Parts: sequence; C-alpha cells; structure tokens
Amino acid sequence: MTTMATPTQSTPDTTPAYNPKSESVGAKRAKSVVFHAAALILTAIVLYPGLWMIASSFKPNSEIGGQNTSLWSNNFSFDNFVTAMDGIGGVSTLQFFTNSLILALGAVVGTILSASVSAYAFARINFPGRSIFFGMMIATLLLPFHVVIIPQYIVFQQLGLVDTYVPLLIGKFLAADAFFVFLMVQFMRGLPTELDEAARINGAGHARIFFSIMLPLMKPALISTSIFSFIWSWNDFLGPLLYLNTPDKYPLPLALRLFVDQTQSSDYGAMIAMSVLALLPVLIFFLIFQRYIVEGVSTQGLKG
Amino acid sequence: MTSSPTLSRRSASSAPVQLRKSKRNGADARAGYTFLLPWLLGFIALTVGPMISSLYLSFTNYNLFEPPKWIGLDNYTTLFQDERFLQSVGVTVGYVVFGTPLKLAAALAVAMLLNSKRRGQGFYRSAFYAPSLIGASVSIAIVWKAMFGDSGPVGQGLSFFGINLGGWVGNPAMTMPMFILLTVWQFGAPMVIFLAGLKQIPGELYEAASMDGAGPVRKFFNITWPMLSPVIFFNLLMETIHAFQIFASAYIISNGEGGPAGSTLFYTLYLYLRGFSDFRMGYASAMAWLLVVVVGIITLIFFRTSKSWVHYSGDSR
Repeated sequence: MTTMATPTQSTPDTTPAYNPKSESVGAKRAKSVVFHAAALILTAIVLYPGLWMIASSFKPNSEIGGQNTSLWSNNFSFDNFVTAMDGIGGVSTLQFFTNSLILALGAVVGTILSASVSAYAFARINFPGRSIFFGMMIATLLLPFHVVIIPQYIVFQQLGLVDTYVPLLIGKFLAADAFFVFLMVQFMRGLPTELDEAARINGAGHARIFFSIMLPLMKPALISTSIFSFIWSWNDFLGPLLYLNTPDKYPLPLALRLFVDQTQSSDYGAMIAMSVLALLPVLIFFLIFQRYIVEGVSTQGLKG
Repeated sequence: MTSSPTLSRRSASSAPVQLRKSKRNGADARAGYTFLLPWLLGFIALTVGPMISSLYLSFTNYNLFEPPKWIGLDNYTTLFQDERFLQSVGVTVGYVVFGTPLKLAAALAVAMLLNSKRRGQGFYRSAFYAPSLIGASVSIAIVWKAMFGDSGPVGQGLSFFGINLGGWVGNPAMTMPMFILLTVWQFGAPMVIFLAGLKQIPGELYEAASMDGAGPVRKFFNITWPMLSPVIFFNLLMETIHAFQIFASAYIISNGEGGPAGSTLFYTLYLYLRGFSDFRMGYASAMAWLLVVVVGIITLIFFRTSKSWVHYSGDSR
C-alpha cells in the first residue's frame, strides 16, 4: 500500500504488463463480449418472472400450468383481462384502481407537505432540542413499525375510523415516514446557505425563505419523494388489510387477495392478469422516471 | 453589508448586534417548533404514544372488547412455551440469516461486474433494480406462488434437468428456499447503492496495486472491501432490519396461514394472526416489543462490531 503515496504517473510505460491501458484491442473486445454475455444472461434470469407473468396473463388457463414452461403461446388473447376487469365481490376493478389512486395521491400530497416543512426545521433552523429530535427521527427509521399498529388500531377503532381512509392517510400528513424527512434534510443540507442568509439579512422570515427559496430548489428531492411515496402506498398491503372491511373501499392489493381467496386458484389466468394490472402504474412510473428512481436510491441510500 | 455573504455573516455576530441575535434565537425557537409541528405531532401521537401503550398492553390480557386485564409477565413467559411462536422465530431467523447475506453477496458481485465504463451499464442497472420496486407487492407474491406451484415453470424446468422437487409451495422443505430466492431476486436496491460506493473508490488505488503485482483477490480484500465497508455496513443493517419485517409475501403465498406445516409462519404473520384474528392484542403486543428489543440489540451489535471492520474515509490506514 506504500505506492499510494508515490506519484503514479512516473512508471506506466515501463511496466506494460500491469497496465490496463496497454491491453491489446483483441483482449479488450474479448473482455467486453464476456461482460455483455454475463450481463445479458443475468438480465434474462432477473426479468424472467416478470416476462412469465406478462406472458401468462395472455394465455388460456390450460397453458399456464401443465407441461408448458415456454413464454410463447399460439393462443394469446385478452380474455383474462376481460375477466379481471369484471372485478370481484360485486366491485369492478376500475373501482379498485380509483381507490388505490386516491390513497396513493393522498400519500404523495401529505408526505410532500409534512416532510418538506419538518425537514426545513431540521436542516435550516437552530432551535433547542433539534439534535435530540433529529436523533429520534433517525431511530424511527430503524423501528419495526409493528410495535405501533396495535395501539393505533385500538384508537382508530374507538374513534369510529375503521373502514375509512383516515388511518391510512393521517400518518402521511404527519411525516410519519421518517425516510422522506431524512431524504429532504440531507438534500437541504447540500444547498448553499448563502441564499437564505442573504434573504434573512433582507428581512425575510422563515416562511418566506421556505416557500420562495427552499421549495423551488428542492424540486429533485420532491420528485423522488413523490415517486417513492406513490409506489409504496400503491403496493401497501398491511395497512389496508388492517383497516378496510368493505370491498368497495379496497385498493388493488386487497382486491387481489380477495380474488385469490374467492377463486381459490381456479382461474390462474385472470388472477395473473389482475396482478399485471395492479403493477402497471408502477411499471409505467419506473419506465418514465427510472433515472430519478435509480439515482435517488444510490445517492440517498449512500448518505445514510 | 452587501459585498459578500461571508462578510455579512461576520458582521452579524459582532458586538453591536448581539441583542438582535438573542431576539433572533427566540424567533428561531418559535419558528423551529412551528415548522417541526407535523412531524412532532406524528411522532408523539403515532409513534411514542402507541409504543408506550403497546408496552403496557404487553403486560395485559386484552381482546379489544373488554378492558385490559393486568397479568404481569405472563404473555412473555407463555411466548417461550408457545410452539407456533418458537416456530415463527425459527422461520424468520432462517430467512434473515440466509437470505440477507445471499442477497448482499449477489448485489456486491453484480455491482462489481457493472462497475466499468461499458456501454449498456445504465440499462442493466435499471433492469436489475426493477424487482426491488415490485418484489414486496401482492402481485409478485401471486406470481411467485404460481411459478413455484405444482405445475409452475420452476418445478417443470428443474424436472427437465432431472431434479424432481415438484411444487415448492406445498413442500415444507422448499418454502424457505423459495422465499430466499424472492429476496435475492430483489438484489437491485443494495446493488445500486454498492455501485455508487464503488464509483467513489479512486482508480489510482487499483492501478498502484496492479503495479505492485496484486491480483484481483488481493485487490478485493485490500482495496474494495475496506473502501466500501461503510456502504456494506449500511446495506447490511438496513436489509437485516427489513428482512425481519417481511409480511405481504408470506401472507399471500400461505393464504394468511403460514403453512404448509408452519414453514412460512414468519414472525410478523404470526403477530398479525394473534392480534387481528384471535384478538389477543396483549400477546401480540408482547411479540411486537420483543421484536423491537431484538432489532435494537442487533443494531447495537452491528454498530459495536463495526469499529473493527468499517473504515470511514479520513481514517488513517
């Protein structure tokens, strides 16, 4: 490790055997072929469940199981989707979509509002107790949330709020997803303080600094927060399972469970078609925002 | 005052404005708590309050309809004689101990493969990340159940190679591998984080090591591993904690029962069944608190042992 301290530019030409830059063109190409072969095989394995799901959703029931492992079929049709769109328990699938959408949009709005305001306090205002609260906020990131669901359920039950969306949304408006607060705090800390210092000298209060300086600058963090809170809410299962009883209020994951329960795996095709429909918005989101999503994971994850 | 921000900051802290500064501190405190209000309310009403009540409930018998009855430590002592509970601990520990390291190993291996300036890297990265986004959903649980079912493609594919395992879903010996595959399949999220970490390791380190004649194995253990150790630590901690909390997939694949033969009775599933099917909420609260304590101890152990193997930049090494 001593070479770390010595300048590296002195030797490269004298030791060609160890210098990657001097590899022959052929060796380079061979390496590239090996890389792409490995990566493509891996891609095929990773994407197989998704492709199988999509292929099966277009296949007749008789071809999904049995001796048929191929993705292709000569009998592709939309029949499964027609059945899936009928819904379950007397509720149409469109209704389940609407319910999921209401919950997901509510989650996005609530999270954006509450997390950004709270994050501003942590990142930009000096007040007594700040570091203690910040530590507690970080601790909730690691807390298994099962420890709070029973008392929460009891309280919401006594307030008569079971089978409404209130228990599912109130946490979003109170920044209960500490992950997003943390994400925004980290983002705000990276913004130059000169701007708000200058604004303060000119007499601007925190409210004005927050709304007219911080919020516009935080656009990237707000976008990744929106994407992730939408997807997490869209996929959430435990919350709706605990709180919702009547099928016409069900979001898609609960509707899927109902579908599984009632058809008892007899109509695999329709079940998988409905699974595809339930994932569709997430997949579309991913295709549009993949840069944001992947970059978001790598930068925000790292700063932890 | 207007010449430069640093100058103005300096003048703000000079003697004549001391009074204005203390006034500003008071205003800051008020503003601070005003802005913090949403989080603070949520923290008290949705986290601290419920945590205290569930601690209390864990010492009681409570079924939601009659008032809680204090029974001291009975719930906790009963837990350790409850075979289903012990089974759920076994299932969950097995999943965490085997699933998490395998997932992280896959994530690190693929991240190292992708860490080059080759074309298509962005495509592979996105393709490998996609399962992480949907892996915990009900849809994927249904697909997994169908794929690993009696006539699913996995059993069929393996029998083509002469391995006749049949369906994995109904075979208590094969359900754990099935769940481990489900979590390993979601290696993309830690992989993306590893990849970002790998990109920050200066290339000169590897060049220098090459000139010293170090092979790939030595480079991995002497450069990659120590330089990446903070990221490895972060991923290990987060993935371990998350693995303890697997729920939706277990619920869907086992029809909410934890079968066959209790082989998919994950901790949180058993907690849910106790609390919300049997309405034994005191018992379920005891389970929840036990989970908190265990996760807390594991976090503590991770942080304690991290000093010996996690190297933050700036450490002299």
